[in-house]
Amino acid sequence: MSAYQPLKRPVITFPFLVLSVVALIGTYYLVQRFIHGMGPVTNINGGYAWGIWVVYDVVVGTALACGGYALAITVYVMNKGKYHPLIRPALLASLLGYGLGGIGAMIDMGRWWQFYNIFTPWHMNFNSVMLEVGLCVATYILVLCIEFAPALLEKMGAQGVLKVLNKVLFFFIALGVLLPTMHQSSLGSMLIAMGYKVHPLWQSLQLQPLLAILTALTMGFAVVVFEASFSSVGFRRPNETPILSGLGKAIMGLISVYLLVRFGEVIVNGKLGLIFAGDLGSLMFLLETALFVFPLVVLMSEERRGHGPLLLWASVSMLFAGALYRFNAFLITYDPGPGYSYFPSTPEIMVTAGMVAIEIMAYLIIVKKFPVLHNAETA
Amino acid sequence: MKRRDFLKASLGGAALLGAGAAQGRGNLEPAEEAIGMLFDSTLCIGCKACVSKCKEVNGMPATPLEDETYWDAARDLSHETLNVIKVYQEGDASIKDAAENGFAFEKRSCMHCVDPGCVSVCPVTAMRRDPKTGIVTHHPDACIGCRTCMVGCPYNVPQFDYDNPFGEIHKCQMCNQEGVARIDQGGMTGCAEVCPTGATLFGSREALLEEAKRRMTLKPGETYNYPRGDVRKPESHHEKAVPAYQNHIWGEKEAGGTNVLHVSSIPFEKLGMPPLEERSYASISETVQHTIYNYMALPAAALAGLTYIVRRNTEDEDGGES
Repeated sequence: MSAYQPLKRPVITFPFLVLSVVALIGTYYLVQRFIHGMGPVTNINGGYAWGIWVVYDVVVGTALACGGYALAITVYVMNKGKYHPLIRPALLASLLGYGLGGIGAMIDMGRWWQFYNIFTPWHMNFNSVMLEVGLCVATYILVLCIEFAPALLEKMGAQGVLKVLNKVLFFFIALGVLLPTMHQSSLGSMLIAMGYKVHPLWQSLQLQPLLAILTALTMGFAVVVFEASFSSVGFRRPNETPILSGLGKAIMGLISVYLLVRFGEVIVNGKLGLIFAGDLGSLMFLLETALFVFPLVVLMSEERRGHGPLLLWASVSMLFAGALYRFNAFLITYDPGPGYSYFPSTPEIMVTAGMVAIEIMAYLIIVKKFPVLHNAETA
Repeated sequence: MKRRDFLKASLGGAALLGAGAAQGRGNLEPAEEAIGMLFDSTLCIGCKACVSKCKEVNGMPATPLEDETYWDAARDLSHETLNVIKVYQEGDASIKDAAENGFAFEKRSCMHCVDPGCVSVCPVTAMRRDPKTGIVTHHPDACIGCRTCMVGCPYNVPQFDYDNPFGEIHKCQMCNQEGVARIDQGGMTGCAEVCPTGATLFGSREALLEEAKRRMTLKPGETYNYPRGDVRKPESHHEKAVPAYQNHIWGEKEAGGTNVLHVSSIPFEKLGMPPLEERSYASISETVQHTIYNYMALPAAALAGLTYIVRRNTEDEDGGES
């Protein structure tokens, strides 16, 4: 008997219907994009070649999907078994988040019918950070499928396959820790080649991969706290705060290291003055920093750490902080030079919203049909 | 490498990986027989014959302006404009080539970087630097349309055709792409060929750099015999008074240098050139990437370590059921 059970609740609910409307609108514009090209649907242009389809769906979306990565480190590398009950829902969210990233990349790919060129060795450019990201994300999606497979196999009653899979699963878990470390840091390295177009407060050149992996990890841990606290509110399940507050300590350590590196780079390279320049860049930097500092303050005291709603707010702040760091670097303060501006069009936003809606709907269906949530929580 | 850069590289590499000897690379060197162009802004009269000729040679449509279309009306580079002449205006814009109350013309087209960002970032080798001529070429049969070349180009040169569901990247290939092949046939670029004043001059990078350096040494006011066409075998010359050049050859050193060089009497930042230092971003990016992924040694070692740890930890929990 598995320790995991499907959540016995109806699939069709009011929020589910709202999501399906959003999904439908998004799909409509998606069809338009493939019939008429990206021009009529998006506001991307010669200077801003990447809009929210890349920056949200891929760059931010995959970081939001780092829950499985962060928990795999906690449970299987740090050997903290008490977090084990959280791993399946986290893996599912990661699989769906990375799936969205992969599909988002395909939608945004101008010559999508040739996407397979990235997998053909004679086309590969090993100097390209984008190649590393593409190959590594694609492999990780497969690894996530394998890591999540036990939930499906249990449902199907395929005990034989399950036994074999469990014998070799440790290797895929190890891969599932290595791959995100690689491509999440590379997402930062992509900014190096963009050079001066990236605002000096975000252009840390050689430190880009380090800052990117730190934000990916903090967002990964934060999303676990968020999902668990939120689903215990949403599904009215027993509170998981005691288990979650321990993760808070990990987030605290990561934010501290992050802030140290971030401010260290800004100070050493003499860019401190830019923080107080009073322009968009300085404003966004201050906002982003405040979002990082708030969870740190909450998590610093034992009392606050054990307080459910505060912990939830801290995780939300952390998610926005990491997301804003990436949005700022890639889009908001990104400046390709005079003559170019970008703000996403409504259809462009609706496609992304539709994708997110589909992701959430898939999550809801799967936790209600498959053994994803732990017994203690579904009881 | 500057000391600060070195410290940063070591810090980044070491902090991320705990190890890793930097497999650094500096800027790439110019191709052996690099060809290029020299654009002298002070010679350009804004006739835009080059814009029109470029469209003719490359089979690009005319640009709509109000109710009509014109061959030279493009305001900026696009998927159907690979070369454009822009206007600089300041104050009452009465004096040619003066930074104050003046006007000037500036050419925008692919600079054919010596160390091209687009080539470095392209995941599928759809951007290539010709090993002999140094021309930066594009290959749509390989391209997946990810547009990393666009964000990786300091000059915003590659342009994607967004309005076509099966669009592609377009950029200047020095009139040497398949079907045109002017350079391979011993010819020159369309824009240099039609330029009436020699503002756009064709030639080897070496000869053009020499010519540009010579112009830097001329005294303003004296007469100089300016060549037209190919600097190595000019079709004709014309005499003109030397302007007060800025002592700056754009493309000699910027981000590793370019094969298309610019000279001007107005500072380049006012003409919209990007803020570039001497080291190419491509070389920094590749150094970081190859430090981390040198022979995949670090990822392989990390995977071995992780596999060992995960196996040990899952055995503790009765066979590693997840």
